Amino acid sequence: MNSRAQILSRIKQNQPGYRPLPDDIQQYAPAGQQEAQAVNKAAIEQFKTVLIAIGGAVADVYSYEEISAFIATHFKDHKRIISTFSQLSGSIERDWQENDPHSFENLDLAIIEAHFGVGENAALWITESLMQQRVVPFICQQLAVVVRARRIYPTMHEAYKEIGATDYGFGAFIAGPSKTADIEQSLVLGAHGPKNMTVFLLHD
Amino acid sequence: MITVGLFIPCYVDQFYPGAAIATLKLLKKLGVNVVYPAGQTCCGQPMANSGYEHLTGGCNHLFIDNFSGFDYIVSPSGSCVLHLKEHLHAQGQEDKAAHIRNRIYELTEFLTDVLKVKKLNARFPHKVGVHQSCHGQRGLMLSQMSELVAQPFSKPMQLLNMVEDLEVISLNRKDECCGFGGTFCVAEEAVSAKMGKDRVNDHLMNGAEYITGADMSCLMHMEGILRRQNSNVKVIHIAEILNAEPERIPVTTD
Amino acid sequence: MNTKNKDHAALSDDFNRDEARVNWHDETLWFVRAKRDKAAHQIPEWEQLRSAASQIKDNVLSNLHDYLQEFEKNAAKNGITVHWASDSKEHNQIVHQILSRHKIDRIVKSKSMLTEECHLNEYLQQQGIDVVDTDLGERIVQLAEEPPSHIVLPCIHKKKEEIGELFHEHLGTPEGMADPVFLTAAARVHLREKFVTRKAAITGVNFAVVETGEFVVCTNEGNADMGAHLADVHIACMGIEKLVPLRRHLAIFLRLLARSATGQPITTYSSHFRRPRPGQAMHIVLVDNGRTTQLGREDFRNSLKCIRCGACMNTCPVYRRSGGHSYHTAIAGPIGSILAPNLDMDKYSDLPFASTLCGSCSNVCPVKINIHEQLYKWRQVIVREGHSDGKKTAAMKAMSLTLSNPALYKLAGKAGRLVMRYAPFAVSNGLNPWYKHREMPKAPTQSFSEWYKLNKENE
Repeated sequence: MNSRAQILSRIKQNQPGYRPLPDDIQQYAPAGQQEAQAVNKAAIEQFKTVLIAIGGAVADVYSYEEISAFIATHFKDHKRIISTFSQLSGSIERDWQENDPHSFENLDLAIIEAHFGVGENAALWITESLMQQRVVPFICQQLAVVVRARRIYPTMHEAYKEIGATDYGFGAFIAGPSKTADIEQSLVLGAHGPKNMTVFLLHD
Repeated sequence: MITVGLFIPCYVDQFYPGAAIATLKLLKKLGVNVVYPAGQTCCGQPMANSGYEHLTGGCNHLFIDNFSGFDYIVSPSGSCVLHLKEHLHAQGQEDKAAHIRNRIYELTEFLTDVLKVKKLNARFPHKVGVHQSCHGQRGLMLSQMSELVAQPFSKPMQLLNMVEDLEVISLNRKDECCGFGGTFCVAEEAVSAKMGKDRVNDHLMNGAEYITGADMSCLMHMEGILRRQNSNVKVIHIAEILNAEPERIPVTTD
Repeated sequence: MNTKNKDHAALSDDFNRDEARVNWHDETLWFVRAKRDKAAHQIPEWEQLRSAASQIKDNVLSNLHDYLQEFEKNAAKNGITVHWASDSKEHNQIVHQILSRHKIDRIVKSKSMLTEECHLNEYLQQQGIDVVDTDLGERIVQLAEEPPSHIVLPCIHKKKEEIGELFHEHLGTPEGMADPVFLTAAARVHLREKFVTRKAAITGVNFAVVETGEFVVCTNEGNADMGAHLADVHIACMGIEKLVPLRRHLAIFLRLLARSATGQPITTYSSHFRRPRPGQAMHIVLVDNGRTTQLGREDFRNSLKCIRCGACMNTCPVYRRSGGHSYHTAIAGPIGSILAPNLDMDKYSDLPFASTLCGSCSNVCPVKINIHEQLYKWRQVIVREGHSDGKKTAAMKAMSLTLSNPALYKLAGKAGRLVMRYAPFAVSNGLNPWYKHREMPKAPTQSFSEWYKLNKENE
């Protein structure tokens, strides 16, 4: 008998009687549009507070022009900038999507989009289709993410409801810059990944 | 009239008769008929917590012989009560064991939950630090635990608040273990003593004159440390504070 | 550190020789516990989350046989190769075979307590494979040639000055430099070179989803992602208990994990790996290594619910004052003390006794494992199966005899200090360990029972 069969047979013998799953925890089920807007507004506020607390930065914007302008001012010293947005102007590298992942090693700034964000922990859900290359949001020195303000949900329960059964090869919740506190619990931003993270909250 | 069987744990009997006397007097004062069965010894916890629960059969039978037939069994030790509640079983006497398990109370919870005491004639003009003994707190749920997200409550505090002129100090770590742990206190001497020192320091730093609690074993451990440090701070069982009548100087244990 | 043949008490004794360091260790971890409390108290439904997580894990353990096969099927559909390992040896061999097939002899590895449990690094090194741990804390203990002392904070026992010295020796940082920001920056440069040059990455698995065949890896540093997304081969090693049935169950576990571990609302990265990148090979190694045995132990199977958050260590008053290495096993602290005896009851017979049974561990556990109750139960099993000291057994028998007999008890009481006479079984040299740091209780002139006999008429 191979290991697989052995393990399965031992489990069969040893596992206890069936225990049912608990009911789902559903938190926010807003009754009407007004209520939904209030929930969204509260979630945005919480998102901002938490993001700043975990070392990120946030900018409220209303157009891609504003984002372009923000980048031109705040990231002007950055040499290598890539983005998945065709709407952005400035010195942004194009046609990088097919490059070898290792070629991003000297990436200064990546500007990508998130599907949505979560108020309780400032996490942004980004799948492979929005990263183009999986390594991009991790290898860059600085990360900027654009998310629609109306797509900030209160908790992880709403987040997974949004994700549902969508298909992706890779997806990640990203909350703030890369960090470590392994040396005497001193928090240091920029462990291996981005040293900073800016979130553009794009309002309609 | 309620008749209570008074269970005085072995080490309290031997070393801290003051706590036992105060428990007895307090219960009588509150209108309870108290009986102290003479043949009692121990709950069996020292063996059980050391992995020898199988050697507690004799203790269990003896306990049942001594404490069957009372309305309630009350003891000034949360740890012993918890042990009996969880582990008192005896072959051929399981109905009696079950009666005891359901009817045994630690002193403070008996006062708040059964007698529903609202007023005490007691005065203790001192700064007091309250030690939350783990088995009483986390096991018997005498008070809310800092780990849980839940409404605060405390049965010992409810009673101490009825004592005139008593000032309860606040601690930096309000419910950390003192490190007594039964045989742990000698088997893991280094950590046990260090835990005790740290717990005592928290009380000292916050200005306690007395350290009180519902478990004499923790207090015995902390007293050992206080006396080694030649501290003036004393330990006192909560029964002695609750029984400290305004016109009398409290009976301390030494 | 020489941990050979020393039990938890002896190793703790060593650790406590430097009291200032014990204070520092205790305060550092208490700080983490306090952060956990703060985070938990911000979630009104916290206890509901714990209950739900516990019930989901109950369901997983009760249906593991079918779930594992379904997970395997779904993962395979996603293009992931699934392997099964009965024990640590087979796990290590599987990993080695995969690497050999790809002709890779230098790899990066992110944190995985399973690979610590299996001693994968030592094994691969013996086969001539160079492994670089990429979690900063893990890299530090790797350079120091020590095991991690904590499952979430691997080098929490090390002071920054000691880390500075290590980095000076191995990474060439200036002598005497101990600033955490500087040291972290140095490690970043050192490890980036590894990430971009190594062809295979090993990661652990925090959660594996039956429904979708995907697995989730949580880090703050981003080291698992840096390794996996740059490597040609990604090997994810997981214990068979890491499953959750549905994707949406991740909401509950991700809400609990980081808050319990460090007080963060979520780890910086919660990465969901479902398919290999085009051209990449992705493997999952499912490991038993004693878990099916533990599953069959009714009193202890609950320990398999553990999500490795480390909250029980941070809250444990013993762990904080004895250090992770005093547990002489890969997973220290309260949870380690209920897991280890399943693997080797004799070697780890001391661990269930390294606790006061205060119960704080069970209260912070995000999946509600009854840790302190299991510690009590392990004590019974260890004694029953003959792994306890003969002297202790003799003392306990004498104690039992005395306490079962009121006449003997009274006699012993008169002779004085009954408890103290039987308790100090731990030493044989006649010294009473109580007395080392504590005064004995003063013996009163009469016991309560003696007083009662004289006074009961008046009372």
